[in-house]
Amino acid sequence: MNLSFLIPAIILLVGAAAANTLRNLVHCVLALTLAFAGFALLYFGLGAEFLGLVQLLVYVGAVAILIAFTVLLTGGGTAGEQTVLSPRWLQGFLLAGAMFLLLGYGISKSRFTAHAATSVRSYPVSLIGDALITSYALPLEMLGVLLTVATIGGVVLAIREPRQASQSVKVDQ
Amino acid sequence: MHMLENFLWLIPVLPLLAALLSILVGRHRRSLAAGLAIGAMSISFLLSLGTLCQLISGSLSSWQTTFVWFYFGQTTVPIGLILDPLSAVMLTMVTFVSLLIFVYSVGYMAHDARFARFFSYLSFFAAAMLGVVLSNSLLLLFVCWELVGLASYLLIGFWFERPSAAAAAKKAFLTTRIGDVFFFLGIVWLYAKTGTLLLKDGGRGCLDGPQLALLVSQHTVMGLTVAAAISLLIFCGAAGKSGQFPLHVWLPDAMEGPTPVSALIHAATMVAAGVYLIARVYPLVSVGSHSALTVIAWVGAFTAFFAATIAIAQNDIKRILAYSTISQLGFMMLGLATGGVAVGMFHLITHAFFKALLFLGAGSVIHGCSEEQDIRKMGGLRKLMPITFVTYTVGMLALSGFPLVFSGFWSKDAILESAHGWPLSQGPFLMASVAAVLTAFYMTRQMFYVFFGESRLPQVHPHESPAVMTMPLIILAAFAVVLGFMGTPAWPWFQNFIEMRQVPAADFANFMEPAFLGTLLLSTLIVAVGLGFGWFLYGRKAVPAMTEPDVLDAASPGLFRVLAGKYFVDEFYEATCVRVHGLFARFCAWLDGHLWSNFISMIKWDVLSFARLSRNFDVAVIDGGFDSGCETIQSGGERTSQLQSGQEQRYLKWIGLALFLLLVWLFWGARG
Amino acid sequence: MTSLTLYLLLAALIFAAGLALAVTRRNAILVLAGVELMLNAANLNFLAFWRFGQHPEALIGFLFVMFSIAIAAAEAAIGLALILAVFRQSHTINIDQIEQLKG
Repeated sequence: MNLSFLIPAIILLVGAAAANTLRNLVHCVLALTLAFAGFALLYFGLGAEFLGLVQLLVYVGAVAILIAFTVLLTGGGTAGEQTVLSPRWLQGFLLAGAMFLLLGYGISKSRFTAHAATSVRSYPVSLIGDALITSYALPLEMLGVLLTVATIGGVVLAIREPRQASQSVKVDQ
Repeated sequence: MHMLENFLWLIPVLPLLAALLSILVGRHRRSLAAGLAIGAMSISFLLSLGTLCQLISGSLSSWQTTFVWFYFGQTTVPIGLILDPLSAVMLTMVTFVSLLIFVYSVGYMAHDARFARFFSYLSFFAAAMLGVVLSNSLLLLFVCWELVGLASYLLIGFWFERPSAAAAAKKAFLTTRIGDVFFFLGIVWLYAKTGTLLLKDGGRGCLDGPQLALLVSQHTVMGLTVAAAISLLIFCGAAGKSGQFPLHVWLPDAMEGPTPVSALIHAATMVAAGVYLIARVYPLVSVGSHSALTVIAWVGAFTAFFAATIAIAQNDIKRILAYSTISQLGFMMLGLATGGVAVGMFHLITHAFFKALLFLGAGSVIHGCSEEQDIRKMGGLRKLMPITFVTYTVGMLALSGFPLVFSGFWSKDAILESAHGWPLSQGPFLMASVAAVLTAFYMTRQMFYVFFGESRLPQVHPHESPAVMTMPLIILAAFAVVLGFMGTPAWPWFQNFIEMRQVPAADFANFMEPAFLGTLLLSTLIVAVGLGFGWFLYGRKAVPAMTEPDVLDAASPGLFRVLAGKYFVDEFYEATCVRVHGLFARFCAWLDGHLWSNFISMIKWDVLSFARLSRNFDVAVIDGGFDSGCETIQSGGERTSQLQSGQEQRYLKWIGLALFLLLVWLFWGARG
Repeated sequence: MTSLTLYLLLAALIFAAGLALAVTRRNAILVLAGVELMLNAANLNFLAFWRFGQHPEALIGFLFVMFSIAIAAAEAAIGLALILAVFRQSHTINIDQIEQLKG
């Protein structure tokens, strides 16, 4: 339990808790972004710098922004009309709690053959690149296809039909 | 030379086919029906003649064929046909006489509406009769015997609109049935003892040596040998069909049928079947002690006498002939019993011809007198129907036994001779002699009533019958004369042929044997007395008119009444057997109506209740169960579909819960 | 408590938090956010095992996470596009009110 673990952990936990409880949707999104950043720091601590950077780039830089855009586009900034939580929210919390307890129980009872004490080694990016091109070439290509499809699909889903102007812009107040 | 024998089966089958085809082609094709019948019978006649010629020429002595009818388990039931002199002679006679009568019927039944059916019945009868003649198996013989009885029923009751005809048919069938029951018992007993019903089977048949020896060696009731007892049972069947006392009562009533039927069935063929049967099983009847033969001789003689006495008091032209037939059948039985197969069969053959002739002549008379049958209403037909008169006279003289020229003389003489020579008793001989006298007497009486004197029905204008009816009469008359010469003692061709001995040349010296000469003179005397007496009473002056009593009636009214009333045998039967049977029938009807119908109702109730129970079970349990099952599924489905609430978060919760449970299970399995 | 166990517990906690976010908030976007949190927690789990497991030079866990991030991003894009489309349809992102597809 050293600091390089503790600080990102706290950031993460705060962000997650805030996202759960804040009323304002934008605040929730920001808290989420904080959580993502915490994750990136943790990745750094684990010696996966490349991944940490990727996390920051993708999640913080893209996903969180996307979510923010969507919040703005759907007019979610206005809060406080009704309750934040859905009815039967207790079921959800209980479920989450039970899940955590179970997982924790499982983790604590497991005996891992840990190679914990090794120092953090960093792996050169060329190694990653090699692996991607040689052993994981197919998943890489498929990922490319997936991203293409996702892009096109997203555009198709979100595009506005060229209908009457009055119908399209109807932002909820 | 066996080619002809291979077609032996055609002889009965062709008329059967003709009968079936006639039925099928419908009632309007009259000429076709008659043509089929006559055609089939002609071919059968030619085949029979062919076999007879083969047997005469000596190329064949006796021939039988056997084939299996059916199996049950390991046992086979064989039937077969036999061809020997006895069956060949009978075949030829039956086919020839049937052919002539078929031709006659074309004219006689020309005005009848059911002409085609008549011919099909006639063909059917002929087929069954030929089956009886040819059969080598008692089983096949019995089957054809019963079919003959059926055909007789159909033909006697042909004009069934008349209640008397329908009753007569029923009476004939039932009376012969009584005899047939005993016949059947005899067959069963014979089968039980010998294990076969084939008559001659190369040593294994029931008439062959080893079997006869077996039957003679065993004894049964009253000290009779088994052979004699079986013979008596078979004789019961023969007595029924051949009208011996006491089963004779159906024959006179059978005259209700059309005259060709009377001629064919009740003169020449069916009634002769009984005699033929006894001749066929003669080895069985005559083996060992002579008890069966004794019974047959006495019954035959008594029947001859009994029927002759009744005949002198009858007034219906056909009834006189019917009783005459009964009497002559008694003669035949007597001949069989005392003199053997040849004597009885000779009289059977000659009787067939002249009795058929007499019946056909009577039919011609009836036809010419417009269906009048009472002889007291006829008269003077001698000039009006000459051909009929001449042929009828020939027949009458043959029947009476006019000496030397006519066949009846020779055959009856043979019978009287053998009866006289019977060691056991002279009683039958005396009865037969008296019967012969009476025969000549009543025939003379009939002749004078019908043909002589003045016509008592001038308004009807009796006319001669057409050629199609008179030609058979002429042919039969010719045979009535000629046949006699086949059996004279000078040249006993017939007797030797039947008994399969060498036929010697004609030897007139036989005439001079004292015993024979004596009988010859006696027969002549008998005929003379009968004819003379008849002429004396009926010929000298005109016959009495309808309103006056008959000459005999005037002489002794009491006796005449008894004779005219047929000794009241029918009334006796009516009072006893028929009444008892009526009571039994009523009892059975009551039983059926009350006991059995209630029983059936009970069963019906049970079945219905079970059906109702079954239906309720079906509706409630099966349908209900199925319906409720479906309903459960449906409601379950409805409730399950409510899970799909549209609330995505709820789905997520379910997924989470499922994941949780999976993990629980995973950890649970992995502990330890 | 080893480091590995700590990391795993943390990841489990964040997973539970993400699950809570997904199933208790009314807003559809936050459901998506919860899903993203869960994915990230899983990624953390993978990396922890990669780091403290055998053969880290094989980069198996590493690359798995990499692909996971990429896929999660694509999925987020699609999800948000969907939310936009639904919003245009029914003018609400309150998922309690989007319940037309029910049985």
